[in-house]
This record gives sequence, C-alpha cells and structure tokens, in this order.
Amino acid sequence: MKLVVDGKSHDVDVEDDMPLLWVLRDELGIKGVKYGCGVAACGACTVHIDGVAVRSCQTAASDVDGEVTTINGLGQPDALHAVQEAWIEHQVAQCGYCQSGQIMQAASLLAETPNPSDDDIDEAMSGNLCRCGTYPRIRAAVKTAATKIQGA
Amino acid sequence: MASIGKIARRSFLIGSAAVVGGVAFGVYKVKTPYENPLEDELASGATTFNPWVVIDGDKITLIGSHGDKGQGVAHSQATLIAEELDLEFGQFETSFGQPDKAYWNTALADEGVPFPSTDDGFTAETMRGIMGGVVKLMGMQITGGSTTIPDSFDKLRRAGAIARETLKAAAAQKSGINTTALKTEAGHVILPDGTRLSYQELAPIAAALDPVTDVALRDPGQWRLIGKPTQRIDMVAKSTGTQTYGIDLDIPGQVHAAVKVNPRQGGAMKGYDASAATDMRGVSNVVEITGGVGVIADNTWRAIQAVNAIDFDWGEAPYPAEQDQHWEEIGKSFVDDRLDKKWRDDGDTDAALAADTPLNAEYRAPYVAHAPLEPLNATVLVEEDGVTVWAGHQIPRQLQVLVAQITGHEAEQVTFVNQFMGGSFGHRLEFDNIKQATEIANQMRGTPVKLTYSREEDFAHDYPRHIGMARGAGTVKDGKVEAIDLQVAMPSVIESQMGRAQMPVPGPDSQIVAGAWNNPYALPNYRMRGYRVPQLAPVSSWRSVGASANGFFFDSFLDELIHEAGADPMEERIRLMGHETSRKVLEAVAEMSSWGGALGPNKGRGVAFVESFGVPTAEVIEVTNTEDGIRIDKVWVAADVGTVVDPVNFENLVQGGVVFALGHAINSEITYADGMAEQANYWDAEGMRLHQCPEIFVKGLEHGAKVRGIGEPPVPPAAPALANAIFAATGRRIREMPFNKHIDFV
Repeated sequence: MKLVVDGKSHDVDVEDDMPLLWVLRDELGIKGVKYGCGVAACGACTVHIDGVAVRSCQTAASDVDGEVTTINGLGQPDALHAVQEAWIEHQVAQCGYCQSGQIMQAASLLAETPNPSDDDIDEAMSGNLCRCGTYPRIRAAVKTAATKIQGA
Repeated sequence: MASIGKIARRSFLIGSAAVVGGVAFGVYKVKTPYENPLEDELASGATTFNPWVVIDGDKITLIGSHGDKGQGVAHSQATLIAEELDLEFGQFETSFGQPDKAYWNTALADEGVPFPSTDDGFTAETMRGIMGGVVKLMGMQITGGSTTIPDSFDKLRRAGAIARETLKAAAAQKSGINTTALKTEAGHVILPDGTRLSYQELAPIAAALDPVTDVALRDPGQWRLIGKPTQRIDMVAKSTGTQTYGIDLDIPGQVHAAVKVNPRQGGAMKGYDASAATDMRGVSNVVEITGGVGVIADNTWRAIQAVNAIDFDWGEAPYPAEQDQHWEEIGKSFVDDRLDKKWRDDGDTDAALAADTPLNAEYRAPYVAHAPLEPLNATVLVEEDGVTVWAGHQIPRQLQVLVAQITGHEAEQVTFVNQFMGGSFGHRLEFDNIKQATEIANQMRGTPVKLTYSREEDFAHDYPRHIGMARGAGTVKDGKVEAIDLQVAMPSVIESQMGRAQMPVPGPDSQIVAGAWNNPYALPNYRMRGYRVPQLAPVSSWRSVGASANGFFFDSFLDELIHEAGADPMEERIRLMGHETSRKVLEAVAEMSSWGGALGPNKGRGVAFVESFGVPTAEVIEVTNTEDGIRIDKVWVAADVGTVVDPVNFENLVQGGVVFALGHAINSEITYADGMAEQANYWDAEGMRLHQCPEIFVKGLEHGAKVRGIGEPPVPPAAPALANAIFAATGRRIREMPFNKHIDFV
C-alpha cells in the first residue's frame, strides 16, 4: 500500500490490519510517534491525517486515505511549528513521552478553532494522558500558541 | 577491616586523566590501597577513572550519573557542573556515564536512619554519617528517593571547580601569568589583556598537570545558573519528537521481542501451545523464559500479536488469589507479633486515651500501578566477551550484576547504556524487563534483541504500590488536639523490592510508617506503630513510597481530630508545629491561599502537611461540590528544599506531583482476582485528565539547611488535602482511596 507521510511517499508491504502507528515506527522508522496504550486511551500516538488528529494505534494502515503528518513533519528543531515554540517557551515537558501526541492534538485543535475557550481546550486535550502531570503548562502553551498563530 | 574513612581516602580520589585529544576530570577508583594510590595505580594501569567532565577535541561532555525519568536531572546535574566551570548551555553535551562505584549516592543514607529528617541532633547526624559510609562501601548508584540533587549539589559543583582551576593552571603555564590574574567565562580562560583561551585548547596542557583540588565553592550570591530560570536541555528535543527513548532504539541487526509471563505474579508456566504464533507473518522464534515465553519477530506489533496468540496453562499465584483475602490479612496484622517497630512515643498516649472517649477511624490505601507512559523495554546484545544493555534504569550497577548472572559473564563485562526514560514513578527500579530481554538474547547470542512490553503486559507485571491500612485513636481537650495514636499495617515494600533486586535490607522498614511518624508536630501525646504484614502480592516503590499512603492516613486523622476539637485546620496545625522551617511552610501556604477568606457557595477547602524525603510540604486544596460531583478548583503548594536549583523545573515537578497524586487518589487502584490484576490498561486506572486539572500555585522556600529533592514530596499531602476539602464542602469524610468509590468527581 502507498502512504504519504510528512510529504514523502512510501510503498509498504504490511498486513491490512497493522495499525498505522507500527507502520510509522517500525517500517518507516519515524520514532517521534509514540506507543503508549494501543487502545486509544492515551493519545501518545496522535498524528494528523489531512490535518485532523487521529490515534494512529487504532487506525489500520490500509484505512489511511489522506496525507499523514507526524510530529517530525509538523516542525523540526530548526524550523519549529508555533505549537512547538509555545511548548518550548512554557517548558511543558517532563519525561516528554506524551508530548508528541499532545502537540499534534493541540495543532489540530488550533487549526480548527484558532481561539479556543477553556472548555474547547478541555474537550480537545482530555484524551491525551500525561502521567507526569504537565497539564497546567499544556493549557498555558495552547493559549500562547493560539496567540502566535493569530498574530502570524 | 579498615575504617570507612581510610578506605574512602584511598579508594576515591579526585583527579584528572589524559584522554585522546584532551583531559577528563573526575574520580579515580583504586582497587588496592597503596600508600600513594594515585601514582602507583596509574603506573600499574590498574586504576579505573570515572569522569564528571571530559574535554576532548572540540567537545565538552558533562557526566551526570543519575538517570533522567523526566524529572530533569540530565539538566540539573549539568547545571551544577557548569555553574562552577563557567560554561553556558549549548557549549557542552551530557552523558549518564558508565555505572561505577565511584558514582555512589551520598544522599541515600538519610532515609535509612531511624531519625526524622527534621532531627539535626548529634546522634541523628552521626547515624547518617555511618549509613553514608555503608552506602559508599556498597557503591550503590541509585536514582531514587528524591536524592539526585542532595547527592549532587556539592559533589558536582566541586567537580566543576576542580576542572576550572586546573584549566586556569594550564593557562598560567601557557601564558606565564599567575592564576590569580586569570578569569573564566563561557568556556574560556581570560587573560588580563582580554585574550581568550578556550578550554579545548588548554585541555592537553591540563592533562599533564596535577589537578588543583584545593578549591572553594562559590558563594550563592555569585551563582549565574543555580536558582535562575533556565531552559532545560531536553526541551527542544521533547517538543519536536526528536528525543530518543529506550523504546525508540534501532540497533543494527536487532530483532523485536514480546513476552508473556504468568499474570499471577511469580507463578509458574505449566505449559503452552505456540502453534498459532509460529505461523504468523514475521515471527522467527519462540523461546522460553522464566515463567513464560518470548516471541521474536521482525517488528514490535507482529511480536505482540503473536505472543497474544499463544495458549498458556498458568500455575497458581504464590499469594492470596482474591483481593478480599489481602485486606483480611492486613486487618489481622495489628498484633504484637507483627509489630515491626514502635517509631514514636511522645507523652503518655495510653493515659490520654483512657482519660476521654477517643475518636476512632480506619483508613485504607490500595495497590496502585506505576504505569509510566513509555512501556517497559530493553535492548540486549549478548556476545562471548561481554553484554551490552540499552534501557532506562535507576539502579545500573545492580543491573550489571543481575544480567551477568544470566549470561555467565562478570558484572564488569556488562556495558550499560542508560536511556532517557518516558516516566518511571518507581517502575524502572525493577529488573523483569531487563532480565527477560537478557534471557532471550542469551539464547540468540550475537543478535541484539529489543523487548517491548505491551501496555497490558506492563500493567499485568507491574509491582504496584503496597496496600495499607491505618487505625487511629485520638482525643481532644479544650479545643486542641491532645493525643494521636496511629497504627499502620502494610507489607514491607523494601523487603519485596530489594529482595527481588538481591539487595536485602535488614531491620524494621521505615517505609511502613514514612509520612506518619516523622511529621514534626509537638503533639502532647503522639504514638506511631508500624506492623509488618507478611508478603502478599509483590510490591515496589511508587513515587513517594510509604508516605504516599501514610501522609493520607496521618493528616486525614489529624484533620478529623481538629474538627472534633472545633479548631481551625490551618491554625491548629501551625500551633502544633514544633519545627520552625515546617511552620514557615504552613504559614506560606496560608498566605498564598488567603486561608480563612470567604468562599463561594458549595465550596470547601482543606489543608494538609506532610514531611517526606526531608522536605516539609503543605498544600491547600479548594473544591466545589457541583451537581455532577466534586470539582477540584485550585491547589496551593509550599515546600522547603533549602535551595531551589531551577525555579521553572521546580514548579513543573511540584505541579506534576500534585496531578499524579490527585489522579490516583480519585480513580486508580489495582485489585486482584484469580491471582491476576484486574486492571489491564489506562481505561481501568486512568489518573488525572486535563479537564480535571486544577490551577496549581507553587512556592519554593529556602529556609532549610540542607539541599533537598522535589520529585516526590509534593505527592503525599495532595490526597489528604483533597479529602479534607471534600469534608469541608460536603461534611463527608472519605477514608479510603480511590475516592471515587465513595463520591463522584466531574
């Protein structure tokens, strides 16, 4: 099957039911996408398909019908996305393992709702588990990112 | 046997060594105690050298031997060295180094002595000194017990200062100018005329000099980095998906493994049928390991799918199969022959209880999973002449020992490459994943084997926080708390955990009572007894260990008595406090939260104070009793760590500790049925979600004489502060975690 990931086209030969998560991580070597639970309970594996956040652990690779963007495609250390800039400014991460998914979820939220209310943020971000408890900083960073994107 | 002091002098010398293209500063470990060990050993080549600072070619590397689980110690260890060495962030790389005795944990002994951290008396300090010697001799290199900063604070600054002064001596030799006229700044020695000599160009000269070890540490007023907000060195990588964790490793030639072992922890595997697995795509091998099997495949998902397709016949659990039986065993442990130790007996508690009708209450804390978000994993390569292990772990030297036992190598032949960890909360003090990956790799010598736990395997084979029960009896008199008699019964987590680690710790277990016996209240009558329950399900240290349950027991019961006395919860705690630094913590949290001010309708506030790991910590929580349940609105935290190394990371760790504690207090437990944990994934033990997260206001105080760590201390006061707030808002006293068994939360 063909997959377009972070702007690059790939031909992969995998079972129809292999989750996109494992195709990305183990077949294509894109390790910014994280495995946390395998049942869409933690959000660590969040990627975009055509700009919309999905849980890649519950998306069969054969069902992907759009362009996939991972954290590695959203921005890079020398070319940061506004959400990543905000995450760095607020020093959100502790262990950092959930933050790829958090950032992808936040970027998707802000693409759809550029000026989210607290309730919007609660609703969009509550599927992403952070075991270290960085939620106060995630909230603040989402708001900063919203300001950055609107100012851009 | 030589005295500790003598061995210490001979065995650990700060020195320098030449490395290719430069110099390293650090610690010599000398194997035989010659009169002049440094020179003799250097000459004989029998010395190993363990650096803190390596300057070679164009690179400067700072080594911090404590592992980073997310608490930011890769950054803070480097900060301490860079402070004295005059380096800026961006001018150096960091490394966790190789495991060695030289990196023994100097702060580990503090929690192992039968004196509260607030006792600075001669006997307490002497005992800490003796325990420190024991830890040193055992060369225990452990990341845990919130000890990284206490262990590193002087040691790493001193390493930085020695490197700086030796580089200045090298500059003096090169320039002919006295060292007193030289300065250092941003990786350079500065000559009086402004000429800048880089550390890298001075390194080869420094390597030939005797290191300058007679150094004074800088006065806090001169600090550039310590106490200032800095940007953690891992922040960009962790915000861009470019931080590599153990689970992300791709060692050339590696195969992927998944395991399944008896979900009845420690039970046998009586048989299995792997025929459905061996035919699956990508599966190359099925191997037996202790208590189960491992499947080898060409990617992680295929390995997990295949191991789940195997039919197993599991043996019985070596502990009671049903949760009720665990509680029964605990309930009958409040008896003399299970008394582990009477830890405190101030006043005459029996007389005080006899003088009035005591208030009685019973509290419970459940088993709780660690469940760090990065599932446990390990990559192991076994070869004839040695073993390499890539994983995140908190006890690297013992890891080498246990791996060597499996493969038949010497521990010194085990190379361990510590990885950034996606959380731990204590789970990466355990060795199962390491041992299983080694057992598999030992059957496939020459091939790197990467083992990844499924989330379900991680839950099934967690060693959770121990369960415990407390029974309190107490009295009040004239509007004041008069007596507290608290008895706690728990299995010993230290016995369970350190037994598995083959590092048995003799004597009473302080974790059975930590957080309950050591609070520095000057109560007229204060008795605290710990009862050791025979081992039930195997358990392990969970962020803040004993205090995570005992803080809830003690402070909740104190709050009940204060209510009984009709006193104000804050004022009475402050009145009872017998320790100045702790009193200031309570006063600070009262001021931050404007305690005593008017609250809106259906709101309530609770306060709690717990001292753990030497850090007095007070928290105020405000809740609203809504139609749909309790909403946690705000939390205020004050904690005294002596010196706050980085205020940003400090605030983040305190907020995280509160979220971690509240989430589990609200909704998480592990229960056993048919010998197996009933909870299999985050749906079943969720912790806190963002929409439930309160605003959290943090203040770090610096009155304490010793520098302390902040990883764990914010956890213990959160649950009792919440229970006390719920009582204030609803009149309902909740005496069992998780609270959602008794009340709803929004």
